[in-house]
Amino acid sequence: MDVIDTLAGIAPGSRMDAVRDGRKVARTHAQKSYDVLLTPAAPGDFSIAERFAIAAYVAGLHRAAPTAVHYAAGLREHGGEALAGAVAAAVAQTAAEGPKGAYPPGPLSVEDTPAPPFALSPEVAAALGPKLVAAFAHTHYLVFHPRDAAASRFVPLKAAGWSEDSIVSLSQLVSFLAFQIRVVAGLSVLAATP
Amino acid sequence: MPDTAVPSPVPNVFTRAQIGWVPFVDPLSEAELTPHHIAALIDAARAKSEYFRLLARDPDALEHRTRTDKDIFYNPEAGAPRADRELAAAAVSRFNGCIYCCSVHARFAATYAKRETDVDKLLAEGVGTDIGERWNAIVAASVALTAIPMTFGPEHVRRLRATGMDDLAISDIIQAASFFNWANRLMLSLGEASADRPPNGASR
Repeated sequence: MDVIDTLAGIAPGSRMDAVRDGRKVARTHAQKSYDVLLTPAAPGDFSIAERFAIAAYVAGLHRAAPTAVHYAAGLREHGGEALAGAVAAAVAQTAAEGPKGAYPPGPLSVEDTPAPPFALSPEVAAALGPKLVAAFAHTHYLVFHPRDAAASRFVPLKAAGWSEDSIVSLSQLVSFLAFQIRVVAGLSVLAATP
Repeated sequence: MPDTAVPSPVPNVFTRAQIGWVPFVDPLSEAELTPHHIAALIDAARAKSEYFRLLARDPDALEHRTRTDKDIFYNPEAGAPRADRELAAAAVSRFNGCIYCCSVHARFAATYAKRETDVDKLLAEGVGTDIGERWNAIVAASVALTAIPMTFGPEHVRRLRATGMDDLAISDIIQAASFFNWANRLMLSLGEASADRPPNGASR
């Protein structure tokens, strides 16, 4: 059983196991995406503890148990209790709803909605450290209001030490989680609705 | 040479027309691509795309994402018709606000279903539009999975089933909608849609 099966409660030989097997390549490579984004053989300057911190934050913001429980446990294992506590506090301090944001000015501006605020307490910011604080601010925008994209969004990341390679890995990790969390949620409902 | 550069016109409406995309973060140059990068592109022609050369900065993530993507959208064995999967992609892109992604997948949905008018209604009116029960059910399910907090529930599955979809077809809609929550965030954040650049071949 891979991570999606485990979190969606899909048992070998079940009806949903057969459904997943109908898209065997996607099943295999969704898991490999998880493997290379969370526990790569060469994590570079984006450590495995930092990856689980981002993942626990994203899953927490989605209010998506059991996925959030999975990543919180992974963070305790790879990053320790103190970091896990800081991430849980960050989730509580920055909870919001999505998708929101503004379009390029024009006819769609009537659909614009304000970006949810991102503000961490000084204690939580200190526990996370400046590199993760910059990444959490970027992650919060990617999760809730990605249409507010701008080249200037990368300035604070670079100032906090994120390289161009690790910015791509961070973007892939957050975006992959947006996929995985929804597949787990969707397949769980499908499993329970025969 | 005098500096005559002007800002690229940024598309500000949803459209089925071909538009371009320009990166905010430097892609690798073609000369920098190693065999590892090239293998991760899957299709060698993607070396011409700035989007894929940017994602090649994490080649393993790119490779596994591409293989996941292709099976969800292109696997022809049973399940939902290609047009339905593309509609889910377009609906998620419309709801999240990715004008570039929406243009590509609105075009595919319209082409595969031969329903240009209905696709254009989705683009113009948004995800609350009425384009017939089967497509309404797909749009509603895609939106429910995309919203945070998610609101996808048994009623969405039953509504899809009532239009004749089996488990694999419903799973295809779930995976297509979920995948565009991945794709939209990359395409929106790593660059921007541009009207004056030729299409770069990036479809997702």
